[in-house]
This record gives sequence, C-alpha cells and structure tokens, in this order.
Amino acid sequence: MSPTQIAALAAGGAGLVVLALLPFYIDAYYLSLSISLLQFTVLATAWGLFSGPTRYVSLATTAFFGVGAYTVAVLGELLAWPLVLLIATAIGALMALIVGISTLRLSGLHFVIFTFGLAELVRQLVIWYEVNKTRVLGRYVFVDITQSDIYWQLLALAVAVFVIGWLIARSRLGFALRIIGEDETVAKHCGINVTLAKVTLFTISAVFITLVGAIMAPRWTYIEPSIAFNPTISFQVVIMALLGGAHRLWGPAVGSIPLTLLFEFLSTRFPATSTLIIGIVFLLIVYALPSGVVGLWERVSRRKPEPPVAPQVQA
Amino acid sequence: MTAASPAPVLEVSGLTRAFGGLVAVNAIDLAVQTGQIVGLLGPNGSGKTTALNLMSGVLRPDSGSIRFAGQAIEGLPAHRIARLGLARTFQLVRVLNGMSCAENVKAGLAFHRPPLSRGEIDESVDRLLRRVGLANRGGLPASGLTYIDCKRLELARALALKPRLLLLDEWLAGLNPSELLIGIELIRSLKDEGLSILLVEHVMDAIRSLCDRCVVMNSGRRIAEGRPDEVLADPAVIEAYLGVSTDA
Repeated sequence: MSPTQIAALAAGGAGLVVLALLPFYIDAYYLSLSISLLQFTVLATAWGLFSGPTRYVSLATTAFFGVGAYTVAVLGELLAWPLVLLIATAIGALMALIVGISTLRLSGLHFVIFTFGLAELVRQLVIWYEVNKTRVLGRYVFVDITQSDIYWQLLALAVAVFVIGWLIARSRLGFALRIIGEDETVAKHCGINVTLAKVTLFTISAVFITLVGAIMAPRWTYIEPSIAFNPTISFQVVIMALLGGAHRLWGPAVGSIPLTLLFEFLSTRFPATSTLIIGIVFLLIVYALPSGVVGLWERVSRRKPEPPVAPQVQA
Repeated sequence: MTAASPAPVLEVSGLTRAFGGLVAVNAIDLAVQTGQIVGLLGPNGSGKTTALNLMSGVLRPDSGSIRFAGQAIEGLPAHRIARLGLARTFQLVRVLNGMSCAENVKAGLAFHRPPLSRGEIDESVDRLLRRVGLANRGGLPASGLTYIDCKRLELARALALKPRLLLLDEWLAGLNPSELLIGIELIRSLKDEGLSILLVEHVMDAIRSLCDRCVVMNSGRRIAEGRPDEVLADPAVIEAYLGVSTDA
C-alpha cells in the first residue's frame, strides 16, 4: 500500500471512531438527525450501486424499505433481533430476485414505471392482508432497541455498503455493469450474461435497502402501510444520488447529506409546501448538474492540470 | 470446394426469420471454411445485417440451423455465442464512449471462460491496440477518437474474444480511399493469421481483393454464390443491384 492509501485508511478509521462515539456526546435531536443522515446515505449509496453503472432508475426503494420495516413489525417481538434482520435480508433478496428476473429485460422508462408500480402493489397487498386477515391496519413495534442502537446499526451498514461497493467496483461484475450501462448489446457480445449481472447487483442493492427499513422500524413504535411504503422516500433517494453523482461509489453520499438537512429544514419550516420545493430542487439538479456534484468536481479538477503545460508550449 | 478443404467453421442452412409478414431472411444457406474470407453481399434491405444478427444471437431464427465449430448455436443467447469464439463488429460502430481505449479492449478480454489473469489481460490489451494501429492510445478516452480509430478500437475489442470467426458488418464503410487501403491490409493480415471472416460489405475493391467466396442476398433470399468475379458478373446479381435493363 502507498503512503497516501495508508493515510486515507487511517483518516477513515479515525473518522469512524468519532462517528461511533457520537451518541455519547449529542442530545436526542441531533441523534435523530444523525440517524436520518445515515439512513439516507445508506439508501442513496445502495441505490447507486445498481442504478449508477446500469443507469436503470429504480423507484422501488420504498417497496424494499417497507418490506424490511414490516418484517420487524411482524416478527420483532417473536424472534431474536439478529434473526429478524436475517429474515428481512432473505425476504428482500427473494423479492429482488423475482422482480429482477421478471423486469430487468425491460428497458428505460418501462423499468422506472414498473418499479414505481411495484411499491404501490406491495403496499396494497399489505393493506389487503391486514384488513382482511389480521383485521388491523397498523402495528406497534415493541422491541428493545434504543435510538443509539439504531444509529450504530446504520453506521455498521454504511461501512458495509461502502466496502461491498468498493469490492464490486474492482470486480469483474462491476466492470460488466459499467459495460452494460454503456451499451447492452456490446456487453452481450463481449460474453457477459447481462441478465445475471443485473439481477445480482439489483439483489445486493435491494438487500441493503431492506435492512435499512428493518433497522429503522423500531424508531416509529407504530407503523402502517402509508408510513412504511411512503413513495416520497424513493424519490428523495433518487434526487440525492443524482445530486451527488451516481456514477461514483461515494457520489450519492455527497448528495444525501445536504439534501437530508434541506428536507429536514423544509418539513419543519414549510410543512405544507415542502413537496413542491423538493420537486423544484429535483428539476434544478437534473438540468444544472446532469452528472452530479462529483461529475462537476471531476470536470473542474481535470481542467486544472493543464496550466502547467501551457507555459512549456509557449517557451 | 475440393475434398481436401477443412471442415467449415460456420455452416448455416435454411436460416429463416420473419418480422410480421416480411421475411427478412428466407432459407439462407451459407458456409465459411476455416481460414477463408466469405463476403455477404446484397443491396440495402436485402437481409444481410439480420442474417448476422441471427448468427451472433441478437435475434432468434424462426427456423433453420447454424453450426459453429461443430456445435448448434441457433437460438443461444448472444453471450454464450460470444464465449464460443464468434466475435462481431456493428454496422453503426459501437465503442464504449465513457471508457478509455484500453478499457474498451479489456471489455473483450475480461469475460473469457476460463478467465484470464490480470497480467494476461494487461499484456493482451497492449498487443491488441498495437495490432489495430492504436499503440500507446490505451489511456485516451474512446470518445475522442476519429471515425477510423473507432472502427479500429471496435475491431480490437472483437479480436480480444480470441475469435475463431469474425463477423464484420460494413467495417470498411465510410473510410476515405487511403484509410480503405489500410483497412483492407488489416483484414488481410487477420486472414494470414488463420482467422475465418464473414464480411458484409459494399466496397467492391475490398470484396474483389479479400474474399475467397461470396454469397449474394436479395429480398431475404440467396441469389448467387461463388468466387467474387463470378458472382459480380452474374446477371441476377447485376439486376438486383442495378435493376433490369430496358434497352436490351
């Protein structure tokens, strides 16, 4: 390893220790805000794992998030917590496999609409089941999990999503997905099993999103389908990832932090018009920053090295 | 063909594909012997590209058989056919614009079965870029290449699959006269290395100087087959290209 890599690793480790110790030093409001920040960082990064390289815009975030939350609502009191998370992982993965195999042959806009419909479908299924079978529309989540526990679990999940994302980017799977994102026909003719690659990454991404939903469920104490399957989450995640730049692993995180703070500010200050303002922010990002902050930064920093060359040409 | 000729690397028989009522490829028979260059000719819209798409797995045939290196490949997905060693280029050149030249070639190397080692891949990238005349351009973004260099890069990516058969879909189209000579020499040198090639082409100079045999299509059907000078003199072929003479 080079000295810069060691320095970066040490800085990352030190930053992680600081973040891990944070719940001991901040009050309940800032802890709650930190949980929101971590939640959206993991969601946006997980979304970017799949949608960044393949350029498939998924609006199914809330479907997986809600399934995770409902797994906890149903099983949270019955089983040990790690087992609940494991079952949520399995359900999320299974759902992603089924959805992936049946939809990833769709392209572009069809996929976007399908994923949006999927979230609504799952929500309606849960409502139907609760109304007709269990006769309750809403469940209490009584588990022995504190806000600090939620924070630490999300922090661990954030580390996991970055490590796995980094490993994928360096793997053949990551390279295959970049080629698919560029040109699917070429990818097939390079010997890439396009469907397998897409379904694999879609599943990895969906498992992270499901786990965020499961980890976040105890925060509410009471959940119902409209809370767990809130479509706004899907859109917020897309906006964050696009603001940061979904083509880089750390891009979505760059977008999630300012936008979580902005949404927090808007929902407390302008609760009635926050959706409208979020929509305007979305439009501004898409038009002004098509490749995100990271893309802008890369363009600017690529332009920088040129000045030292110019004087040599003149001399 | 003489009895001594080796087994064909590609053998197509009765290949048919319709789109609705339009039979784009209609009972086509075609063979490429090992080490030969075969030209697939015909006016625009005669079904040449559709035929290539059926062979490379972009489309599934309605009927007919395709045997490649002794194995039936009709209806197999494109990635399986590519792994068997059938590589192609596209009529509208397709390079991966968001990547460097080296990564474009690497795309053809990274998914071999069994996989190549990292060292083999790096070594092959350099060798293939040199092979097509793009030495030392590996680090450049592919989006900055000129048209002929895009074609070279696409060829390097196809060669990276270590193909036994190369399908070239109008690879020489759109080149200026001096580039054309370079292109023809490049294809000839691939043949000299023992590669079998099926090329769809309109450039007659290239067809005459490169092809061992030609198959001519019109409206989805095969209308002629033989040596280039024979088929290009065939009245049916002339009629297909130029129409019927009225003052005869």
